[in-house]
Amino acid sequence: MRKLRYLGRRLAGLLGILGIASLAIFLLIEAAPGDPAQIMLGTGAQPDTVAALRAELGLDRPLPLRYLAWLGGVFTGDLGMSYTYGTPVAELIGQRLVVTLPLTAMATLLAVAVALPLGVMAAQNPNRIVDSLATAFSQIGIAVPNFWIGLLLILGVSLGLGWFPTGGFPGWRAGALPALSALVLPAIALAIPQAAVLTRVTRAAVIEVSNEDFIRTARAKGLSRRRALWRHTVPNALLPVVTMLGLQIPFLISGAVLVENVFTLPGIGTLAYQALSQRDLIVVQNVVLFFAVIVLGVNLLVDALYILLDPRLRGSG
Amino acid sequence: MFARFRHFARTLPQAALLAALPVAAIAAGEVDFVQSVEPAGLDPTVSSPVAAGQVTWQNLFEGLVAIDRDGRIVPQLATDWTISEDRLTYTFNLRPDVTFHNGTPFDSGTAKFSIERIVADDSTNGQKALYTDIAAVEAPDPQTLVLTLSRPSSDLLYWLGFPAAVMVEEGSADTNGTDPVGTGPFKLDEWRKGDRVIMSAWDGYWGDPAPLDTITARFIADPQAQAAALQSGQVDIASELGAPELFAQFAEDPKFATNVGTGEMEVVAGMNNARAPFDNVRVRRALMMAIDRDALIQAVKSGYGTPIGSHFSPASPYYTDLTGEYPYDPEAARALLAEAGYPNGFEFTFKVPNRTYAQRSAEILQAFFQQIGVTANIVSSDFPAAWIQEVFTDTDYDMTIIGHAEPLDIGIYARDPYYFNYDSDAFDAAMQDVATATDEAARKAAYIRAQEILADDLPALFLYSDPKLGVWDAGLEGVWPDGPVPANDMTEVRWSE
Amino acid sequence: MRRVPATLWIGAALSLLFVGAALLSRVWTPADPTGMNIAARLKGPGEAGLLGADQIGRDVLSIVMAGAWTSLGIALTATAIGGAVGTATGMAAAAGRGGFERAVMAANGVLFAFPPILSAILLGALLGPGAGTAILAIGLFMVPVFARIARGAALQVWSRDFIKAARMAGKGPVRISIEHVLPNISAQIIVQFAIQTGLAILAEAGLSFLGMGVAPPNPSWGRMLSEAQTYLSSAPHLVLAPGLAIAGAVLGLNLLGDGLRDLTDPRRGQAA
Repeated sequence: MRKLRYLGRRLAGLLGILGIASLAIFLLIEAAPGDPAQIMLGTGAQPDTVAALRAELGLDRPLPLRYLAWLGGVFTGDLGMSYTYGTPVAELIGQRLVVTLPLTAMATLLAVAVALPLGVMAAQNPNRIVDSLATAFSQIGIAVPNFWIGLLLILGVSLGLGWFPTGGFPGWRAGALPALSALVLPAIALAIPQAAVLTRVTRAAVIEVSNEDFIRTARAKGLSRRRALWRHTVPNALLPVVTMLGLQIPFLISGAVLVENVFTLPGIGTLAYQALSQRDLIVVQNVVLFFAVIVLGVNLLVDALYILLDPRLRGSG
Repeated sequence: MFARFRHFARTLPQAALLAALPVAAIAAGEVDFVQSVEPAGLDPTVSSPVAAGQVTWQNLFEGLVAIDRDGRIVPQLATDWTISEDRLTYTFNLRPDVTFHNGTPFDSGTAKFSIERIVADDSTNGQKALYTDIAAVEAPDPQTLVLTLSRPSSDLLYWLGFPAAVMVEEGSADTNGTDPVGTGPFKLDEWRKGDRVIMSAWDGYWGDPAPLDTITARFIADPQAQAAALQSGQVDIASELGAPELFAQFAEDPKFATNVGTGEMEVVAGMNNARAPFDNVRVRRALMMAIDRDALIQAVKSGYGTPIGSHFSPASPYYTDLTGEYPYDPEAARALLAEAGYPNGFEFTFKVPNRTYAQRSAEILQAFFQQIGVTANIVSSDFPAAWIQEVFTDTDYDMTIIGHAEPLDIGIYARDPYYFNYDSDAFDAAMQDVATATDEAARKAAYIRAQEILADDLPALFLYSDPKLGVWDAGLEGVWPDGPVPANDMTEVRWSE
Repeated sequence: MRRVPATLWIGAALSLLFVGAALLSRVWTPADPTGMNIAARLKGPGEAGLLGADQIGRDVLSIVMAGAWTSLGIALTATAIGGAVGTATGMAAAAGRGGFERAVMAANGVLFAFPPILSAILLGALLGPGAGTAILAIGLFMVPVFARIARGAALQVWSRDFIKAARMAGKGPVRISIEHVLPNISAQIIVQFAIQTGLAILAEAGLSFLGMGVAPPNPSWGRMLSEAQTYLSSAPHLVLAPGLAIAGAVLGLNLLGDGLRDLTDPRRGQAA
């Protein structure tokens, strides 16, 4: 019960934060110089033409009204119409998500697939070669910018070896293979810094859990090292790893904006960037809010998971 | 290559149906062309004047007249026309048997609707200013359209051939942005936003069917990615390759055909003529003489570009070379600057859009200005949003740099307001003479006079004209080499094998 | 005296190398980092300068050196501002507790909800690209990070006995925070400062890469990479130098931070 009440409070807090964030987003974007109508019409347009388009887009309505209309729409699932594309924003975001979601998912899977074994092996063999390699990998991986990795991958793998396209996305209808192969290099670029962070956390967590009393007890009771590791140490060490995964979400999204830019992928990061430079205000508002929901939502999930899974909290609930 | 065959197989039944037609009419193959900018909407009569036209003009939409690949005005949905003695009444005979993609027939009613929509009070056509001399539109019978002008306009017919004046019909006009309905040989299949627009041959086309059966516009902003897409065969045509430094590698490659065509883009460093010291013509001339245009073109465009001395495209028949007016001469520039009252130079803010060509050019201009003691402090401006607001709308700037892509746009210097804050009665008179010229010679003389006035007054520093660096698969025929209109006209493109 | 960890040595050496290069670039570079030389354009390493020349013939080594000044300058300023504001609010939250603490944490939550590059792009739209915008955007993102760490560390200090003694001596919360809490959490803050400066360098590079960083001709590693993208196949040396510089500087600062942590936190030192 206490756990549920706590989570309820967290959820309420999250909604409050989102409310403030939405207002901040709206005001920030409104205050930025640039008129969507003028941008759409180009520099050849006369002032009266711009005014006509502003009226058509509803940009001549007062500020509070537009904010409330947007917020009301968000709650009823109507995100509005993109000024520049003239299509529903929800549809736009959906079209871009089918690129960004698989990209970030692939990157995360890849990062976990590298980091977990590497981190565990490093923790099990402190100060041995594998440990040094893991430490070196995590230090260097954290330091290299993912967009630079992307450029190097294009240079070495795409242009050099001729494997995988240099960029662009053929669309899922072109078949799963061409689509996935277009995402391989960007996913690797995105995954390396993530893997570096996770390796480090995994290693530290496994070392810390190994020193806990219950592991020592289990070992003293005659549980083999291997069994103790996979039955007790690793599952318990996963908690901090999952927490870190959650905390890394903002960086994953930031990375996606850059990596999509390098590989010219029509993802949601590119959408945010393009929409902002076109001052497609309604799209920017929704995309940024969407990101905020993801970041905060994932963090709430991680918290919930933490409360539900932590053995030390389990007894006290 | 593979994609082409696969597509051919898919369209075999259609080809069989068409077998009764002449052989040349059998549609075959597909082509992907690349452009840097994705349009906001696909309706060239509403927004994003250049990018929308690059996708749809001639492919999806057609006008009363059209501009052909040599820049000539040719009949399209109007078969012929007469112009009254006083040049105030234009009478068009319209082509019968033309229908829109949605089955609506095209007649003088639709044409009247299209023209009136451009000039209406609540028009959202970005190029409306070009058509405001049209005072009345009448449709005396279904095959006749009469335009009455408030004053003679020798360029009107030319502008009617442009993307901003294509014919649309009432039922679909409001949704053309996302679901364009035109009279062209291709119709829209799908727009994957942020990525591509796919169009396919339309079997109800009034004229000869296009040789291709599918054309796809791909939007790739990064020049390196454009080049890579060409190399890997993902795209077949880049009519304006974004990266001149990558052009040489294609020119040497037998797999590709290349062409250094003339474009319509003039890159100019506009100055705020209302603000000191740029209100002083001697200062502007001194700055012009500080610039070695050839070195600039070499550095920014790998040498692909034509130096200009006024705001006119070297591709135009009315062009005159005025680069000799104020040639590179730092000594003379310093002397002139001292004469203007700035012996120790001055400092100003250079508002530069965050676009590669502009930033690179600005850095080089900065170095040139430094040689005559003038310090330019570069401030990046978020393009287009902030730049349009600050420079264009508020004219809160000293100097900026931008490429003007609209063809035959020397008239912008006569506009009031316009961001140069330039005001010259002599220039306005020259533009008036252009509009009222009764014959070609008079028109040309007036255009040349306008160019000369600008070259002497220098409301902007005239730098270079951007070439149209075309690269396409060597197996293709019929690609436009030059760019009299910013367009990707695919209606005559075919695979030669 | 505890043994100084090797990471600290390497980290300090790398960091010093970049700080030294940045400082040196103010008085000397092999060539003028803004001086173009069309004849040398896109020449490779050795053909023109040690690291070659860029698309307008500038010496790459000189731009990378001058870029260190830009990059470190922005990163250090941003982290200093974010660190100071974050630490102060974190300490105040720990001292004040109650409603104020909740408000601070909520504000942090709002800031945290914006992924860093995205909030920087938004600010860039509002204020225009430039050094100030980059500093503000990065600094803003640092605030919740420092606030969280400072609050956590300060709460631990507040529960200690000597604080109770100070309280009984009649000292107010502000005085206690400055006299007793700050000295006891400063080690953690300094460690975090080094690590966050590294992150700030990455963020600045990302912003410049997207065209939201300092204006030319001020050299910037991120912009060098964005320009080099065009010449990927014809002049790959342009991609290598700035990327290595970014990675080297960040690596140096991270190792420095880790080394300092090992030095000041004996428990972690053992684990490592």
